[in-house]
Amino acid sequence: MAGNDTTTDVLQAKKTAVLVLGCPQVPVQTSVALYLTDRLAGAGIAPVIAGNRAAITLLVVADPKRHYLKEVMDLDRAVAQISEKKRDFDLCFVFIHNDAGVSYAATMAAISKARIYPVIYGEHWEEMAARITFPCTKIAAKAVHNPMPLKKIIDEVAPSWAA
Amino acid sequence: MGCVEALNYEIVLRDASFKECREYIKSHFPESIDVEPGFKIFDVHTIGVPPISVGLDGDFVIFPYTKPCHGTFLLRVEDAQEAARLRALKKAGR
Repeated sequence: MAGNDTTTDVLQAKKTAVLVLGCPQVPVQTSVALYLTDRLAGAGIAPVIAGNRAAITLLVVADPKRHYLKEVMDLDRAVAQISEKKRDFDLCFVFIHNDAGVSYAATMAAISKARIYPVIYGEHWEEMAARITFPCTKIAAKAVHNPMPLKKIIDEVAPSWAA
Repeated sequence: MGCVEALNYEIVLRDASFKECREYIKSHFPESIDVEPGFKIFDVHTIGVPPISVGLDGDFVIFPYTKPCHGTFLLRVEDAQEAARLRALKKAGR
């Protein structure tokens, strides 16, 4: 029955993902964030980007017509909303190139029910990856200026998003 | 999130790691309470790898504050009411 189909559609709400951006000082972050946003949208997952003003501005200027970017929000606000159980996501990608990034990933793992995907890059990627001990799927490579190593791993991991 | 700038804080450590902050609190302050990430201190949701240690020294509360570009700061804020709230939580076995 058509009525039942409609009910099913409502119950099967669209999956959501939050991309938690770090400090934008490592060039690959902006590029990989836009790529990931596009991959998620292509998989039918609604991407939301959370970051500080600098990280968000880099993205908004790079995508002025919002072909890739959908919702963006302040990082502190995202942490507050998830902590206070006002909002949550199915998937969470945390961009990490320093100790602060590890702290944000651990925080998201503690406050959110989302499946956590740390995206680890930069000069100290191995050291940062070793600091992450909670259950997650790490997307990690030595990428500073060249996003291709991270892109390759994202492409490998992408089929798991639908699970 | 509330703005930390609204607090009259003193920086105890700057650009530290979460581990350094935890160890500093345990070794420099007479009392501490361990909290989970997201726990609200003043109007700030704490960020870090659990357990996050918060120090208590009289009316002073010493807690880590993380920013993406600046690492973790250990801040010291005098507030008798917040210190009492945290002590009560500790006593209640939080």
